[in-house]
Amino acid sequence: MKRYLKEKGNSVEVVDALHRNSDGRKWTIMEKLLLGLTPREYLQQALKNPVNWIFAVIFAIGVPIMIGRFIFGLSWVTHSSCDYPWGLFLGFGLFAMVPLSSSGFQLGTACEVFGRHDLEPIERLALLNGLLGYFFAVCFLLFDLGQPWRLPYPMVVAFGPAAVLFLVAWHVATYLSVQIAEVATGFFEWMGWPAGKKAIRKITLGLTVSGIILSTLHQGALGALFTYAPGKVHPLWYSASFQWLHFFVSSIPGGLCMVIVVSTIAAKTMAWRFDDRFKTNLDKLTISLAKGATMGLATYLTIKLIGVAHDNKWEYIATGWGAWYATEILLGVIAPMAIFAFAIKNNKVGLVRFGAWLTVIGVVLNRVNTAMITFNWKLPEREIPHWREAVIAITLYSVYIVVYRFILYRLPIFYKWKTVEVPVEATEGIREHARSLSEEMIPESVCAKEDIAVSARQLSGAESAH
Amino acid sequence: MKRRDFLKGCLMCSAAAAVGTSGKAQAAGSFEGYPDAMGVLVDLTRCVGCRSCEAACNKEQKLPEPDVPFDDTSVFEDKRRPTERALTVVNRYETGGSEPVYRKIQCNHCNEPACLTSCFVNAYTKTKEGAVIYNPKICVGCRNCMIACPFNVPGYSYSSAFNPVVKKCIFCYDTRLKNGKPPACVESCPQEVMTFGKRADLVKLGHERIRETPSRYYDKIYGEKEVGGTGWLYLSSVPFDKVGFDTTLQNEPIISNVKDFLSMVPMVLAIWPALFSGIHLLSTKNKDGHDDHDDSHNGTGGH
Repeated sequence: MKRYLKEKGNSVEVVDALHRNSDGRKWTIMEKLLLGLTPREYLQQALKNPVNWIFAVIFAIGVPIMIGRFIFGLSWVTHSSCDYPWGLFLGFGLFAMVPLSSSGFQLGTACEVFGRHDLEPIERLALLNGLLGYFFAVCFLLFDLGQPWRLPYPMVVAFGPAAVLFLVAWHVATYLSVQIAEVATGFFEWMGWPAGKKAIRKITLGLTVSGIILSTLHQGALGALFTYAPGKVHPLWYSASFQWLHFFVSSIPGGLCMVIVVSTIAAKTMAWRFDDRFKTNLDKLTISLAKGATMGLATYLTIKLIGVAHDNKWEYIATGWGAWYATEILLGVIAPMAIFAFAIKNNKVGLVRFGAWLTVIGVVLNRVNTAMITFNWKLPEREIPHWREAVIAITLYSVYIVVYRFILYRLPIFYKWKTVEVPVEATEGIREHARSLSEEMIPESVCAKEDIAVSARQLSGAESAH
Repeated sequence: MKRRDFLKGCLMCSAAAAVGTSGKAQAAGSFEGYPDAMGVLVDLTRCVGCRSCEAACNKEQKLPEPDVPFDDTSVFEDKRRPTERALTVVNRYETGGSEPVYRKIQCNHCNEPACLTSCFVNAYTKTKEGAVIYNPKICVGCRNCMIACPFNVPGYSYSSAFNPVVKKCIFCYDTRLKNGKPPACVESCPQEVMTFGKRADLVKLGHERIRETPSRYYDKIYGEKEVGGTGWLYLSSVPFDKVGFDTTLQNEPIISNVKDFLSMVPMVLAIWPALFSGIHLLSTKNKDGHDDHDDSHNGTGGH
C-alpha cells in the first residue's frame, strides 16, 4: 500500500472525509472500503505486498485445520490431556492477549477521566487495540471450549456465581460491549452517521468508568483463576493473596507497551495513513506511554517480590525453576525498566520502543509460564503442544493482524476525520414549536443543527462560490 | 451467615444483571459435609491389586472395553490416572517393604469440591448422600474443574467433537447410592479393602483400626482433613507420599484461596465509580467538563 501510493505520488486520493476532495461528491461505501482506489488498483497493491502472500500461505494451511477442529474434535488438534487441560489456545491465546489489551481502559481513563487531552491522538488506537485483543481472546476461547456453542450458558442457562470464571465470563462479555461502543465513534464518523456518534459521546464518561471497573476485576480474575490450583502452579508463579494483583498490575505496562509496539509497526508499514497531528505527536506520546509503563513495571516488580517474601519462597530461587523465574523478571521487567529510565531521560524514542517490545514479551512469558510451562510442575512429563494447535494459534493470530490492519487502513484511528458541522436555518414551523418549549430547550431546538459533514476543502470551495 | 453464602452474595451483586438464584449451590467454605453423607474407607493394607474394582466400575458405568483386560497385571508398570475411559484405576507402589502397596484412585467426593466451586455453570452438585455428581447437559467444556481438582481426577472426552463431557466417578449415584446401596467397586472387592458407611462413622472406624494395630498403619487418615475433608478416606501402612498421595495439600477448602479476590470485587464495584467520577470532576474543574476537548474527531475543520 505504502509503495503503491508513493509510486503514484499524489494522483490517488485517500479516503479521510465523507466527500471527495477533487469533485466534492460523497464517497460510496465501496470506495471507502477500497481506500479510494479502483478495484483493479486495490488488487494490484494488495498482490504487490509480500506480507499478504505470507498470510495467504498461512490461511491456506490454517483454515482447513481450524475447520477440522470442529469436525474431528479437540483431540485432533491438541495434546491437551486430563493432566493438562489448558494448552496453547488458553495459555497463550487467551491469557496473553487479555493483558496486552488493557490499553483501552487505560487511555480511556487518562483522556476522559484524568483529562489528559494531550494523549488523545493515540486514544483511539488504544481503544481499538483493547477491543481487538479481547475479541480475539474470545476467538481463542471458542477454539478451546469443548462445546463452544454453549458459550452463553453462564449468562442465560445455568449460573455458577461462586466461580471466578463466572466473573470473568460476565466481565469480558460486558466489557467487550463497552469497547465496541467506544470504538464505534470512529466507525460512525467513517460511515457518516453523526447521530450515533453523538449518542456515544453523551455516555463516554459512563463507558469509561465501567471500563475501569470491568478491567480491574477481570484482569485480576484471570489471575485469581489460578488460585484454584495451589500446588499445581509452581510456587514462584503462584501467590494465593497476590495472584490477582500480579495479573492486574502487569496488564498495565503490558497494555501500554502493546500500544507502543502497534504504533511502531504502523509507523514502519502504514505511515501514509497518519495525519500530521499523529505523526508529530507520536514520539512524544510514545515517551508518555513509556513513563506510565515504567511506573507499572516498578509496582509490578515490587509486588512480585512481596509475593515471594510473603510466603517465604526464597529457597526456590536457587533451583532451576528459580533461574527461569529470574530470567522472566530480568528480561521482561527489570531490563525494560532500566531501558525506559535511560531512554526517557535522554529522549531516545527508538530505545523506548525496544523496551516496549521487551515488556510485551515479558508479560506474554509470564502468562505462558503460569498457565502452561510451570503448571503441573510436580508431574514428571510436560505437555508439548500439538503441531496443529500451533498452526491454529498462528492462523488465528494472523487473522487478528489482518483485521487490525484492515481497520487501521480505513477508520479514523491514526488521522482525524475531516468534518464540519453546518448549522442550518430552522424553518418557521420549528421555531413555532420551539417557542412553546421551555427556555432551556430553545438553544437546542431553534438551531436544528443538522450535521452535514463535508470535507474542509469542499466547504471552503462552496463558500468562495457564494 | 455462612461464608460461601456471603461470597455468593457478593458475586450475585457483581454479576449485576439477570442472575437468578441457583438454589443448587452448596454451603459455606468451612462446610464439613452433610451429616448423613456416605463415604468409603479404603484400607490400602488389604489391597492385593486384583483390579476387580476397575472391572466392576467399567461394567456398572457402561464404559468402553479397556485396551488391556482387567486380569492383566502388566498395567502396574506405569502409573495411571483416571480418564474418561476408566473412572477408577489401581496403581502399584514398591515402597521397600516385602509386599508392594496398591492404591485405588477415583474421585474422592470432597465435602467442599473445588470442581463445584470453580464451575461457572454449576454443572456439579454435592448431593446429601455425599456424591459429587455432574450434569453433562450444561457443561460448556472449559475444563476449569480439571485445573481446580487437587486430586487430578476429572477426565475429559477430548475425542468427541460434538458432545465432549467430563467423566469422573460419581459414586454410582444414579444406580446405587441414591437407593442406599454401596458403589459397584466396594461390592466387588474380594478383600474387603473398602468399607462403605456414613463418613462420620468411617472416620471413627479408621482411627479405631489405627489404635488397635498401630504397627500395621501409618498414623493418619488421608482425606479426613485434606481440602476440607473428602468422602473417600484412606488408611495406609506407609507414609502417604510414598504411594502417590499429595501430602502438601492444604486443610482449607480450595475455595478459601479465592476469598481474598472475591471479597475485593464488591469493593471495586462500590468505590471505583465514585472515585473516578470524582477524579474526573477535579481534573476538569476549571475547564467546563468535556467541552475543552480537543475533540479531535468532532472538531470543526481539519488539517
